[in-house]
Amino acid sequence: MSLNIHHLAHRFGYQRVLEDIDLHVAPGEAVALVGPSGCGKTTLLNLAAGLLSPWEGRVECSFRRPAMMFQQPRLLPWKRTRDNIALGLKAAGQPRAARHATATALARRMGLTEDDLDKYPSALSGGMQSRAALARALAVQPDLLLLDEAFSALDIGLKSELYRLLAEERDNRHCAVLMITHDLMEAIRLADRILVMAGSPGRIVAEHRVDSPLGERDESWVFTRTAEFIRWPDIRAAFALPEYP
Amino acid sequence: MSRARLTLARRLVDGLAATGHYLWGGWGSLASLCLFFALWEFTAQRLGSLILPTPGEAFATLAGLFASGEAWPEIAITARRALLGYVLALSLGSLLGLLAGLSVTASVMARPIVTLLVGTPPIAWLILALLWFGAGDGTPVFTVFIACFPIIFVGAMQGTRTLDGQLQAVAQMFGLPGWMKLTDVYLPHVVSYLFPGWITALGTAWKVVVMAELLATSDGVGAALAVTRSHLDTAASMAWIVALVGSLLAIEYLLLEPIKRKVESWRNFA
Repeated sequence: MSLNIHHLAHRFGYQRVLEDIDLHVAPGEAVALVGPSGCGKTTLLNLAAGLLSPWEGRVECSFRRPAMMFQQPRLLPWKRTRDNIALGLKAAGQPRAARHATATALARRMGLTEDDLDKYPSALSGGMQSRAALARALAVQPDLLLLDEAFSALDIGLKSELYRLLAEERDNRHCAVLMITHDLMEAIRLADRILVMAGSPGRIVAEHRVDSPLGERDESWVFTRTAEFIRWPDIRAAFALPEYP
Repeated sequence: MSRARLTLARRLVDGLAATGHYLWGGWGSLASLCLFFALWEFTAQRLGSLILPTPGEAFATLAGLFASGEAWPEIAITARRALLGYVLALSLGSLLGLLAGLSVTASVMARPIVTLLVGTPPIAWLILALLWFGAGDGTPVFTVFIACFPIIFVGAMQGTRTLDGQLQAVAQMFGLPGWMKLTDVYLPHVVSYLFPGWITALGTAWKVVVMAELLATSDGVGAALAVTRSHLDTAASMAWIVALVGSLLAIEYLLLEPIKRKVESWRNFA
């Protein structure tokens, strides 16, 4: 089980968006793609998810149950939150009672109340919608979780809560994660490996390992590491920051 | 068994409650209706009953028509023709519209034809229908069908064209099987485009059927109107018009609106 991307190139019309991408995600591994806005991160993730077909190169995904959390929550507006969370389970053919029980249990852990579950998504706050979207992705017990800047619009309190839930889930079931972010702190907090992308056309310019176990990455550690990280020349170049004095 | 019956009873009560709730919310509409009748009464008193009978006279004549047993058969005939043409247009228009919306080429090709159909006045279709079907049920049914079809077709086509690509990606990502994509993603969205089209088409059906009957048949409300016109019986004309509008309002507000509110309940919380 792994995700292998070889020599991938992609274009929209005549515009080259991605070039010469090689990427490997092993079972249980968390890989973060960081890079400036518009460098083709989301396109790469959509290619990895099989939502797009590559122009050139190969995408081989042997994970059995990939799931994705999109940039916006993308809940179905005509389904109650409970049914939204259970969507993937319904698709897998689980009977109604069982999938509702799973959805309810999962939602409880995410801090959603019984009352929230009976509401339609439009009646939920943005933060609640994000929790429901994460619950929907986790409900199918994925072995690969794709995150597309899933936490970028949330406040820091909610972010750290969802980070904790994600870490728990990875501890329990060793699911692999491929995440996109432009938030370096998020990458350092969650990932085993950080790939730095640069734009036009999008390509991977650097790779860094983060070796400390997740449990040891407390707040001050993350701050220190981020401060170090942002001084590295390849990061500064990718984000078009001026050279560090 | 008893439990199933209980659920059915519960559903029935819920449905009735929804209708009642809807009617209760209609005080504003009721006030404007009263204002309308007052205006009618005032104008009728000024003009005299040969030109415009008062609402009282019109309703009394209508009551007389019902009492003599004259009204029901005519209304039933008209309703049969209108509903037959409407149901044909509804099923064919919805189906073809949905299919046309799936392909860009089909939508582009359908556009001028729909414009042509919408632009052709129903009276022109009626003349053609008279030539093709003669005096019988065929003429009003066809005219209703052809007048309603493009309205429903456009609604259905817009419904599929405006499907959200983001939600389609969700459906693909979570591996929704074909039937689930249809019932959980496509239909709920499309219905919100279909319903306005269905309701507009229903009104059109009711108007067009009377026009067709007036010229083409010897029974139905339209034919009865033709008779009252030749007798210069304005009160009876108004009575038939009231019966017609009343039956349309009944179908729209007692049947279609409650269904729409039920199906689209998720919108009310937005």
